Amino acid sequence: MYICLTVNGKPVNVTVHPGRRLVDVLRMDLGLTGTKIGCEQGECGACTVLLDGRAVNSCLVLMSQVEGREVLTIEGLTDDGELHALQQAFVDTGAVQCGFCSPGFLMSAYALLSRNPHPSRDEIVEAVTGNLCRCTGYRKIFQAIERVAGCVAARTEEQ
Amino acid sequence: MKDFKVVGKKVRRVDALGKVTGQARYAADLADPHMLYGAVLRASLSHARVVSIDVSQAVSFPGVEAVLTAADVPGRNRFGTMIPNQRVLADDKVRFRGDGLAVVAARSAREAARALSGIRVQLEPLSAVFSPEEAMKRGAPGIHGKSNIFVHHKVRKGRIADGFRRADVILRRTYTTALIEHAYLEPEAVMARPDGEGGVLVEGCVQNMYTTRRGLSTVLRLPLAKIRVVQTTVGGSFGGKDEVMTVLAARAAMLALRTGRPVQMVNSREESFHESYKRHPYVMEYRIGAKKNGRLTALEVRMVANAGAYATTTPFVVWRSVVQCAGPYVVPHVKADAYGVYTNTVYTGAMRGFGSPQGNFGIELLMDELAGELGMDPLDLRILNGIRTGSRTATGQKLDQPVAFIETLERSARSINWKRRREELDGQPRNARRRKGIGMAASYRGCALGAEGTDAAGAVVSVQTDGSVIVWSGIAEVGQGYYTVIAQITAEVLGVNLADVTVLPYDTAIMSDSGPSVASRSTMLGGTATRRAAGRVRRKMLAEARLILRTKAKSMDLERGWVVSSGGQRRMRIRDLAAACFERGVALFEFGWYKGPDIHWDEQRGRGSPYFTYVYGTNMAEVEVDQETGEVRVLQFVSAHDVGRVVNPQGVLGQIYGGVAMGLGYGLLEEVEEREGRLVTENFDEYLIPTSLDMPQMKAVMVENPDRHGPYGAKSVGEPTTEIAAPAVVNAICHATGQRVRDLPANLERVLLGKKLVRT
Ligand code: FES
Ligand code: FES
Repeated sequence: MYICLTVNGKPVNVTVHPGRRLVDVLRMDLGLTGTKIGCEQGECGACTVLLDGRAVNSCLVLMSQVEGREVLTIEGLTDDGELHALQQAFVDTGAVQCGFCSPGFLMSAYALLSRNPHPSRDEIVEAVTGNLCRCTGYRKIFQAIERVAGCVAARTEEQ
Repeated sequence: MKDFKVVGKKVRRVDALGKVTGQARYAADLADPHMLYGAVLRASLSHARVVSIDVSQAVSFPGVEAVLTAADVPGRNRFGTMIPNQRVLADDKVRFRGDGLAVVAARSAREAARALSGIRVQLEPLSAVFSPEEAMKRGAPGIHGKSNIFVHHKVRKGRIADGFRRADVILRRTYTTALIEHAYLEPEAVMARPDGEGGVLVEGCVQNMYTTRRGLSTVLRLPLAKIRVVQTTVGGSFGGKDEVMTVLAARAAMLALRTGRPVQMVNSREESFHESYKRHPYVMEYRIGAKKNGRLTALEVRMVANAGAYATTTPFVVWRSVVQCAGPYVVPHVKADAYGVYTNTVYTGAMRGFGSPQGNFGIELLMDELAGELGMDPLDLRILNGIRTGSRTATGQKLDQPVAFIETLERSARSINWKRRREELDGQPRNARRRKGIGMAASYRGCALGAEGTDAAGAVVSVQTDGSVIVWSGIAEVGQGYYTVIAQITAEVLGVNLADVTVLPYDTAIMSDSGPSVASRSTMLGGTATRRAAGRVRRKMLAEARLILRTKAKSMDLERGWVVSSGGQRRMRIRDLAAACFERGVALFEFGWYKGPDIHWDEQRGRGSPYFTYVYGTNMAEVEVDQETGEVRVLQFVSAHDVGRVVNPQGVLGQIYGGVAMGLGYGLLEEVEEREGRLVTENFDEYLIPTSLDMPQMKAVMVENPDRHGPYGAKSVGEPTTEIAAPAVVNAICHATGQRVRDLPANLERVLLGKKLVRT
C-alpha cells in the first residue's frame, strides 16, 4: 500500500503493508530511532509520538490509519539543532537518567503544553500517566515540565 | 578543605543531550544493511529431559541462514560466576520455561519467528518443584545435582541461648517478600558482528562487560582478546543486565560467527519477562529477644531464597542478606542462616539492593512489632539500639569509620515531625473509613563488593593537544549518572570545564578488567581510579609548566582553564600547556587503578569484617489507607541518606527519588506471578510499576559524612535509596490500620485481608 503522510514537517511517501505499525516504519524504514519500544501494548509510552497534534502510542497505530496525517517525533522537536524548551528543561532539571523513557515523556509534555500552556501539577501528572519511568521517580520530570509552563510550582521543593 | 569548583556543584548530566533529542544509540537502534535477525525457541515445560531437537526442516524455511542448538556450541556450554551451570541453550535438560532450545538467524524478524515453528523438539517431562519448601524436601527431584540447596551462609556472634535467657520479651515472626522484575524500560538487545579475524564484536546494553566477555570466551572457545564488548547507551539495568545479556550475546555471537554476518537479537517485553532473572523471593523466620527497656539481647534468623533454575549470583545475594541481617542495630548474640535453593522457576539474581531489600523488610517490620510489644515508640527503639561509631555489627566488625546512622534517624524525624505526627494520627477515630499512619525503616549497607570479590577498577585520562580531555572507565554507565561523576572528578583535578571532558563508552578493548558495575561501587572504586589517573596527568602538566615558565614554585595550580601561581595569577592557558607538552614529547595519557582496602571474612565461623565501609539511611512515610477497599495512598515520604560526600547533587537526588519509587513498587504493587512455573505476568498490563500518579511528596535529606576511602569522601547511593521504602510504607500501613501485613506486596487484598486476621 502506498501511503503519504507528513513526518516532522516533511512529506513522506512509503510503500508498506497497511498492517505494519507506525513505530516500526518510523524506526526501521525512516531511521527515526528516537521513538522507543518498551512494551508494544500501549502500556509504557516509550513510543509516544504526536498524530495531528495528539499524543498517541505509535506501537498501536497501523500504517493504514496515518494516510494524509501529520506525525511529529522526538527528532522533530529540535528546530535546526536548537533544543526545544522542554528538551532543555529536561537536561537542566535532571529529568533524564537512563533516557529510554525521555522521548516519550517529551512528546506527551509537548502535546500537553500545546493545548494547555499553563497546566497545574495535577494536569501534568495526569498528562504523563501513560508514560512509565523506572529511574527518576517522576519528580524531576514534573519539575521540568513546570519550568517550561512557567508555573509558580517550578519552585524547588526538595532543597 | 579547599573549595571545589566542580565536585559537589549542581551540574548537568554529560550524556543528557542525546537522550532528549533521540540521538542516543540504544542497542535496538543499531542497524546494519546486512544484518540478520535472531529468534529463540523456548521451552514449553518447566523440567524435562531434552530427547531430541530436529532443525532439518527449519533450516530450509525462507530467509533462514542458520538454526543452532546446544550441539553447535563451539566451546563449553556453561557459564556463571561461582557455580557455572547456566547454558546458552539447553543441553541435557530444561530447567525452567525460559530456557532456550534453539536459535534462528534469518533475513527478517518475521522470517526468523516463522522458522521457529519448523523446529521439532522432543521433551520427556520430569517432575518439577516450584517452591523452595518442596525443593528442600528429602526426595525432591534434583534440578542440578542431588540436593537443591546449594548455598548456605551463616553469621554467629556471642551465644544465642544466653541472649534469649536474658530477654524479657521474645517475639517470633515470619515475613515473606515477592518475586519482582527489574522492569528497566529498555528490553534486552544486542548486536554481534564477526570481526573477520575469527573474533567477534558485541555491542549491547550489557551491564558487566567483563563478565559477559568471560562467558563468551568459554562458550565460543575464543581467547578473551578475540572478544570485544562495547556498551551502547543502556536504558536502565538495576543489576538486571548481567547474565541474561551474556545469554543474548552468546547466542547472537554464535549465529554471527556461523553466518559471517551481523546478527541482532532484541527481546520483546514478554521475552524479557520470561527469560530475564528477577529479585529473589524470601521466606524469613525471626526470633528476637529484648529487655523491658528495649535493649536487644538476641536475634535468630533463618532465610530461604528461591534461586529458580540457576545459581548465578545467588551465593553473593544470600551472603549479603545474612551479613546485614540484624539491620543497623547492636545485638550481642546473633545466629543467622541463609539458604539458596533451586526450583523450576525463573532464575533470580542481582537486583538493586542485592539481598538487602528482603532482609531489611524483615528486620524493620520486626523492630516495629517489637516496639509495639514493648509499648515503645519505634523511633526510640531504633535510637536506643542503633549503631554508632565504634559499635560492633552482627558479624563482630568494629565500625571504625564515622557512623552517621543516628543522624539519618534524627534528621528524618525532624523533617516529618515524627513524634507530633504519630501522636496526632494515634488520635484518629478508630472506625473512620480512611485512616492515616506514619511508619519508618532504617538500614546500614556495606559499600562495594566486600568479601564477594576483588574490588578494583581502572580508568584512563588523556588530555588532548587542545586541552580537551577524554576519560575511559572500566565501570559502566547504566543510567545512574556515573559518567557525570567521573567527568566532574576529572574536571576538578585538571582545572578544566566540565564541558571539556568527554567520557567515551565502556569498551573491553581499552580498559583492564574492572569487575562489575554493581554493589553501588561505581563512584567509590571507579571514581577513585579516575581521580588517580587525572592526578598523574596533572602532576605531569605542572612539572612541564614549571619548566616552560622557568619557575621552581611548588604551589602552582590548574584552575578554570589556566595554570595559576599561588597568588592566583594566571600564568598560562591549559590549552597552550597541552599543546606545548605534545611538542616537547610529553604524553598526557595516564592510567589509574584503585583496589579497595582488604576485608576479611571467616566463612567457617560466620564472622569478620565483610565490608571496608558502610552507608546509613532512614526512610519515613505517611500513608492513607481506605479500609473498605484496601487502597493505600502514600502522602509524604522522607528519605535520608549518608552518602559520604555529594559529588553531583542532581544525580544523588535522582537516585533517591528513583530509588524510593522503586521501593514503593516493591512495597505496594509488584509481584511476578507464576503458576506451576508458568509466568502469568508478562507485560506492564499485569505487572504494575509505579506511575506518575503513585508518587508522594518526597523530601530527600543528604547527610554528608566523608569517608576516607571514597573520592573526596564520596560513598554510595544507588542501592541504599531503594532498600527500605517498602518496610517504611508497610509499617505506616500497620500504624494506620492497627493490623499487621507481613507479606509483600501490601496490595489491596493483603491490606484488606489483614483486617480479618487476628493479631498474634
Ligand atoms: S511500546 Fe508503545 S506503549 Fe510501550
Ligand atoms: S530515565 Fe530511565 S526509564 Fe525514565
